[in-house]
Amino acid sequence: MSAPTLAKEAPESVDEPILRKPSARKRLVPYWLLLPGIIWLLVFFALPLVYQASTSVQTGSLEKGFEVTWHFQTYWDAFTEYWPQFVRSLLYAGTATLLCLLLGYPLAYLIAFKAGRWRNLLLVLVIAPFFTSFLIRTLAWKTILADDSVVVDVLNTLHVLDVTSWIGWTEGDRVLATPMAVVCGLTYNFLPFMILPLYTSLERIDGRLHEAARDLYASPATTFRKVTFPLSMPGVVSGTLLTFIPASGDYVNAELLGSTDTKMVGNVIQSQFLRVLDYPTAAALSFILMAIVLAMVTVYIRRAGTEDLV
Amino acid sequence: MTDKTAHTGKNTGGDVRLTGISKTYGSFTAVHPLDLTVPQGSFFALLGASGCGKTTTLRMIAGLEDPSTGTVFLGDKDVTDLPPYKRPVNTVFQSYALFPHMDITENIAFGLRRRGIKSVKKQVDDMLELVQLGDKARHKPHQLSGGQQQRVAVARALINHPQVLLLDEPLGALDLKLRRQMQLELKRIQTEVGITFVHVTHDQEEAMTMADQVAVMNGGRVEQLGAPADLYENPQTTFVANFLGTSNLIEAEVVETGTDVVVTAGGGKLRVPGDRCTSAVRQGGKVLVGVRPEKISLAHADDAGKIADGRNRVTGRIADSSFIGVSTQYVVNSPAGAELQVYEQNIERDTRLVPGAEVVLHWNPAHTFGLDAAQDIDAGVETVEDAG
Amino acid sequence: MGMIRWIRRNLVVIAGLLTLAYMILPNLVVMAFSFNRPKGRFNYSWQEFSLDAWKDPCGVADMCESLSLSLQLAAWATVGAVVLGTMIAFALVRYRFRARGAINSLIFLPMAMPEVVMAASLLTLFLNMGIELGFWTVLIAHIMFCLSFVVTAVKARIMSMDPRLEEAARDLYAGPTQTFLRVTLPIAAPGIAAGGLLAFALSFDDFIITNFNAGSTVTFPMFVWGSAQRGTPVQINVIGTAMFVLAVLVVMAGQIITNRRKKTATA
Repeated sequence: MSAPTLAKEAPESVDEPILRKPSARKRLVPYWLLLPGIIWLLVFFALPLVYQASTSVQTGSLEKGFEVTWHFQTYWDAFTEYWPQFVRSLLYAGTATLLCLLLGYPLAYLIAFKAGRWRNLLLVLVIAPFFTSFLIRTLAWKTILADDSVVVDVLNTLHVLDVTSWIGWTEGDRVLATPMAVVCGLTYNFLPFMILPLYTSLERIDGRLHEAARDLYASPATTFRKVTFPLSMPGVVSGTLLTFIPASGDYVNAELLGSTDTKMVGNVIQSQFLRVLDYPTAAALSFILMAIVLAMVTVYIRRAGTEDLV
Repeated sequence: MTDKTAHTGKNTGGDVRLTGISKTYGSFTAVHPLDLTVPQGSFFALLGASGCGKTTTLRMIAGLEDPSTGTVFLGDKDVTDLPPYKRPVNTVFQSYALFPHMDITENIAFGLRRRGIKSVKKQVDDMLELVQLGDKARHKPHQLSGGQQQRVAVARALINHPQVLLLDEPLGALDLKLRRQMQLELKRIQTEVGITFVHVTHDQEEAMTMADQVAVMNGGRVEQLGAPADLYENPQTTFVANFLGTSNLIEAEVVETGTDVVVTAGGGKLRVPGDRCTSAVRQGGKVLVGVRPEKISLAHADDAGKIADGRNRVTGRIADSSFIGVSTQYVVNSPAGAELQVYEQNIERDTRLVPGAEVVLHWNPAHTFGLDAAQDIDAGVETVEDAG
Repeated sequence: MGMIRWIRRNLVVIAGLLTLAYMILPNLVVMAFSFNRPKGRFNYSWQEFSLDAWKDPCGVADMCESLSLSLQLAAWATVGAVVLGTMIAFALVRYRFRARGAINSLIFLPMAMPEVVMAASLLTLFLNMGIELGFWTVLIAHIMFCLSFVVTAVKARIMSMDPRLEEAARDLYAGPTQTFLRVTLPIAAPGIAAGGLLAFALSFDDFIITNFNAGSTVTFPMFVWGSAQRGTPVQINVIGTAMFVLAVLVVMAGQIITNRRKKTATA
């Protein structure tokens, strides 16, 4: 550099200005904040997945112990043996998600736009069932759908059960222990997870947009199709995910409301892990389920084009 | 830069002095190294469009932003490395930042309590009285109007008797009428308490009505510093000429130098006092000749003979006129320059002065100033996008 | 004709209320059957009215023990998840740092994973490590899956908070600790409370992950699951009904208090 200049008035001539940088302590603050929680997730969420991956390629028996033999055959065996359960899981979870959307949208819309001073009461009624253990509530469906119950009688009289039996959703005049009972239970259990995100995104829509659409010659149906529904997409996407993901791995509804013909993949994983104690098969099944769900979720999020889900 | 206050012999113990202070974010320079002295007890305004670095400068004084280079002095004390809570400086934030979970009393008492002062009642009551909000002591901020919230923000800062009060666009969220009222109110409070106020604003009228000293900032640099009238009458750059009020700037060529510089523009000759030219002028060189719209008189071409000798004249045709009430504003196209602005007081209105009329603009040469022609002639002109 | 038009005009309201009925119906059944006197071991069909179960809610072996265990678990899981989750949320909103994307995915993934997968893999870990299953393994699991939900709730609140409020506090002589305690925390409190409530509900009601990792420890959902196999005591319905009624009362009381506060504030 040149010799120190005598000119004091021009700040630009100050040699090598000392650049201040945030102190090291300050820069470490976020890492200290993240550390405990992230370690928790790494050790108790990520690491277990690694262990499970390893288990899925082990062979052996409970008595002699298991060891890693890179036996990928387990995946193929598990899939060929249990593919009906996989198909059933995705079918039931998909149907339940669709039903949740169809049933949940009107209620979310009602609360967001039409409830007026009843809004808070309705919200409480949506959330309140949560406070009774979901197992107890699911057991209540055993009573509601029992063979001699009012609901089944009405469905029978209206010949609804004839149709559902014909497509294989029910058997004769029974509802309990059929696919319909399981889907009904899944739909019921995950409805709040659909309604709350839907409500949140509907509530953000400016009511004047409806007026503007109607002012610009849109019928109520067109207004919904072109304005309301597109604006509620973030709610639709997160609602369907929050419903589909847990529903696909659920085994409680299939166990309590279904029969041996309605077993889902969750039931298989549970019994392989806790009763049969065939850990490699259970681990492989669980990985296949995870892969399918993550793949579907990724494609779905891409297609729906919503990034801000959480 | 020489310390002006040293010559006046005033106590400089409470001056704010910034030396070589700058702020860069990555490759973006928000504030170029600048020197600035705010004399104790003055009402000082930092004026500029958004993004000019005025708020960053203010935040560096507050300690909310660490300067990349340079030093901040309060009096003789270097406070550059002190965190905001150790500086005897308080801020009135843009949109006020009143604590929503505390009532007005608790908001105002916040600073005192943090410094371990237990009996705050008397001081809070005095403050509430100063800002005329005695009856709102137990209200929450969201229950007050914008103007009332603004006064709470001022009270919350002033109760700490800071050496300097910083105001960051404090009137930005208020409507025009309330703004004017609050400007006078703030001025009154400043005179009453005698604390140095540093006020950041983009509103040139606000800066000129309130401040003793105004620093006009543009692109991270101070364009010009001075008393409001001085800035208005003697702009040093096209930015200041256009940003503070309106200026007619005419591109001209120098034909004669001396105490009066003679220039030609659009075929006519104009005179500019030599000491009002900011850059050295030489024969044949270019210069921007400026004159404020209200200094110009307008005469119909038929009356051209009645104009006194020795005045600068420009002939043209009225393109547009709008009646404002106290004045009429004309837009005149002339060979010397397009769209020249003229503000005429509505004393005796000449009914012949309608769009299309041939006119002569004339003014006292003493009101003319000359600027360096190398600058952008439209710098600082407010455009529709800026206003939005 | 008028009838049909009325239905068409109010289609959304009718459909919405039908959905609501669908959601409330099981709770009403649970409530009604808490007054039943079942004939066999199962409480699925109505026999006759009785107050027996309400008079002796803890009359079933091990049920109230499992309930108290679940409440303790939920309380500790809430504390753990709220502390860890709030810290993460602050780091994510307020600071720039490396590996941000990876950390965001690590937080999102537990919410995008079927519960049974997490349950099974966690069990694999515990088995491999030779850790004895029980209260602690369940607590670890609950904190793990509640964490992400707390982060999401708290993050939303902090993001909507004006950073100038904290600057104002620092400007008014509050040091970092004081700023956090007097300004940041009180303003973030609703988000933290929402995250905590969610964590409590999720933990208290969790069955799948608990079932895999509890060993011989029996939480309330596990007790209900077991009784679905062996025979459902009426007391289960009593507990379910009591909690439902209690929750509705608490929410309504809260609503009344805030309404009243609003009224006095504007008066």
